[in-house]
Parts: sequence; structure tokens; C-alpha cells
Amino acid sequence: MKKKLKKLVNDFSLGELRTGLKVTSKEFVNKKITVQFPEERTPISPRFRGLHALRRYPNGEERCIACKLCEAVCPANAITIDSEMREDGTRRTTQYDIDLFKCIFCGFCEEACPVDAIVETHIFDYAFESREGSIIDKKALLEIGDKNESAISKAKEEDSKYR
Amino acid sequence: MWQSFVDLTHQLIPWFNGSLADILIIVIKGLALIFPLIIMMAYMTYAERKVIGFMQLRIGPNRVGPFGLLQPFADVFKMLFKEVIFPSKSNIYLFLLAPILAFVPAVAVWAVVPLGEDFYIANIDVSLLYVMAIGSVGVYGIVLAGWASNSKYPLLGALRSTALLISYELVIGFVLVTVVMVASSVNLNTVVESQSGGILNWYWIPLFPMMIVFWIGALVETNRAPFDVVEGESEIVGGTHVEYSGMPFALFFMAEYFNMIFMAMLAVLMFFGGWHSPFEGIPFLEGLFGFVPDLIWLLIKMSFFLFLYFWIRASFPRFRYDQIMRLCWKVFLPLTIVWIFVVALMTQLGIGPWF
Repeated sequence: MKKKLKKLVNDFSLGELRTGLKVTSKEFVNKKITVQFPEERTPISPRFRGLHALRRYPNGEERCIACKLCEAVCPANAITIDSEMREDGTRRTTQYDIDLFKCIFCGFCEEACPVDAIVETHIFDYAFESREGSIIDKKALLEIGDKNESAISKAKEEDSKYR
Repeated sequence: MWQSFVDLTHQLIPWFNGSLADILIIVIKGLALIFPLIIMMAYMTYAERKVIGFMQLRIGPNRVGPFGLLQPFADVFKMLFKEVIFPSKSNIYLFLLAPILAFVPAVAVWAVVPLGEDFYIANIDVSLLYVMAIGSVGVYGIVLAGWASNSKYPLLGALRSTALLISYELVIGFVLVTVVMVASSVNLNTVVESQSGGILNWYWIPLFPMMIVFWIGALVETNRAPFDVVEGESEIVGGTHVEYSGMPFALFFMAEYFNMIFMAMLAVLMFFGGWHSPFEGIPFLEGLFGFVPDLIWLLIKMSFFLFLYFWIRASFPRFRYDQIMRLCWKVFLPLTIVWIFVVALMTQLGIGPWF
């Protein structure tokens, strides 16, 4: 009986509605948690797998030796490699294409690479304007690598102690 | 206030009199009311997004102008340049008539609103009846929109809105009857004047339950959350708005916001002493706040109710349709009828805080 009366009073004094309003009014003055994306960014793990890049050795020689391990391990068949012998007798790629529509960003290529040539950078905000734009070739990959070499090596360094 | 303005125009332009002058002055009065209203409505959308954003731990629009203050204008220009699409099997005349029918009553009710002491466009003796009558016409806009769209979701929205508004108009009508009995007048000016004398003389204290019922009714009448089943994005996409785009849609949008402002205004006029200062009759504070114009008091009180709209929208989930109906017919209606008897008895026998 007492419980019933209590419920009646609570119902008619809009008790539950008042609780709801109290919650929202508390949040109203709380600190906002929005991250203003282009200006602010959330922290990224050194293991983050984003856009691919091909790295070079410090002397400017490209690392990739066209062993095709990445092509073999790729579960989505996103990598296409063609190779030829260069004048100095080393084997190098003539074609290294990654189809970003196929790629599932698993990072297996990076794991498989014996010379740390193919890596995944922390770049995730990229776009292309045509369907063909999804395929990035060797030149573009090397360019991405050259541009972000310092960030890539720093991330690798940070992650190396856990490997 | 108006009179001085009219006298001034007569002085400035001596030949400016006669019927032409009267018509022109009426037009100027109308525009002087509608333009601030449109600006207010535009910034209400901004305030709504900000307030709801803040309550959801977001920060709301902040890209256009400082603090996103130009956002409403960006929205307006976007609306203006959008293509108006007509459903191929719809009746184009009804389709275009609907937003007009929704918008015009929303503006027309403002003619009788007392914005301050002797500051109104029209002071008619039955202004409350006028408000109720014109306010009901707005439903036709929504119903017609649902019918003319010739599509299933708009029709569902229209049906819901008809049943909803008819039911809740009853409740609001009864609530207003109690106020009318207490104030013994149907003139909004008189109702406000009878609440003079500080915050304790306003009707929200003696008629507190009625105020709550009125406010919930106002939420339903303006199709706002948590009673926005007419739009009901998650159930019927956008209700009556589904087929509308561009300016016709903007008209619906504006009508909704005008109605919101008006309902907030009506709540203030009926229960919160209209343009009266809350400090009237309090010795020290009355003098301290004496410089504040009565229009400002009105706007402050009104803003609180508009904030309440957003606050409630951010807090509660949408009601199920049958729950709204049950609330109306099984709770509010008996409650208001009983309260009418109570108020009638008390006014007749001279008991209570009113005379």
C-alpha cells in the first residue's frame, strides 16, 4: 500500500521525467569530448595500419627486391608485382600496384617483407576522385614513402621492442 | 509605443494620412513583427542544435562564422537554391497550397500577442478564441501535405497529426478555460494585466498542474519531441515532409518553429505574467530592475520555454502513438475537467488566491 502510494506520488510529480531532465542538464555543463578532426587528431598506435608506402635505404636505393612474398601472402590479392633484372644484375620491380579497393589493411605484406620495404603508414584520410584512382603504382608508393620516411621509421622504432 | 511611431510618421510626412497611410502603417507593423520573428526562428535552429549538442557532449555547429553563428544563413541559402521536386502523380496545386496553409496561420496568430504594455498589433476582445481558431487551421496544412504528396509515409504522418492535434486541442482548450475563468477575460491583454504584481501573482502557482498539462499539450501541438510521431524519422521517414524539398519544405520548417515560439509565448502570457517584471511589488528589487523594458522580460521568459523545448527533446525518447492518445484521453482530459470544476467553484465562492 505504502509502495503503491509512493509510486502514485512519483508518477504524478513526473518523477522519472525529472530524473531524465537532471541527467541532460548535468551533461549540458560537462566538458565536451568532441575532437575537432582536421585540427585535432586522436592518438594513433604505432602499429596503426593505414595507406601503404615503399621505403628506401638511407643511400636512396629502393628496398624492394621483388621477392613477391607480399603478393603471395596477400589474402585479398590486392598486390600485383612484375620484376626484371636491372643493369647491375639485381632483381627489381618494374610494376608494384596495390588496389586499395581490394586491400583489407591486414598488414600481412608488411609482416612478410624480408627487407621492410612495404609498410603501412599512419595516413588514413586520403581520397581518390575516380575508380582508377584506387590503384596506386610503384612511383606513388615510393613517393609516399619518401614523404613520410621520418614518421615511418619513428613508428617502427617505437613498435620494435614489442616484436 | 506604436502610437508614438505613427505620430512621428505623420509629423515627418505631412501629406501622409488617410486610408493609404493606415494601410501602409498596418503593413509596416506586420513587417516589424515578422522580420524579428524570422531572425528569431533562424537562430532558434542554431540554438537548438547547440543545446542538444551540448547535452549529448558534442559542441554543435561551429564551422560557419565565429561559434557557427552564421550557420542559419548557410542553411537558408542552401534551402533557397535547392530544387523543388514535385511528385509526378501528386496534385501540384494542393501540394503547394499545403505549406502556405501551414505557414500563414503560424504567422497570423502573432497579430494579437501583447508584446508589452500597449504594444501589440491588434487588441481584440476575443483574442484567445482567435488564437485557438487560427492555431487549428495550421493542421490543414499538414493534412493537405500528406494527402497531396500521394505517398504512403506522408499520408500516415498526416493521419497521425490529425488525430493527435484534434485530441490535444481539446486538452489545451480546457486548460485555457481555467485561465480564462480565473482572469475572467478572453482578451490576452487583460489576462496579462490581471497577473500584475510580481512573480507570486502569476497564474503558474494557483494553476500549476494546468501549466504542466498545457506545456505537454504544447509539445504535442507543435509536433515536437517526444511527441513528434508526425515526423517520426525512425518509423515513417519524415512523415508529411517526405516529398517536400527546397522552399516548400522550408515553409513547413518555419511554420513549426513559429508555432514553437508562439506556444512558448502563450505559456508565458497565460501562466507567467506576460510582460510583467517578476520583481513587481518587491521593495528593493523592483527599483533595481526598473530600467528593464517589459519586452525584454517577455523575451527572457519566452527563451526559457524555448530552452525547455530543446531540453525535453534531448532528454526523452519518442512516445508510442497509442501512448500519446492514452495520455490525452485517460489522464489529461479527466484531470483538466476536474480542475475546471475546482477552479469554477473556487472563483464563484471567492476562495483562493484569485478573485
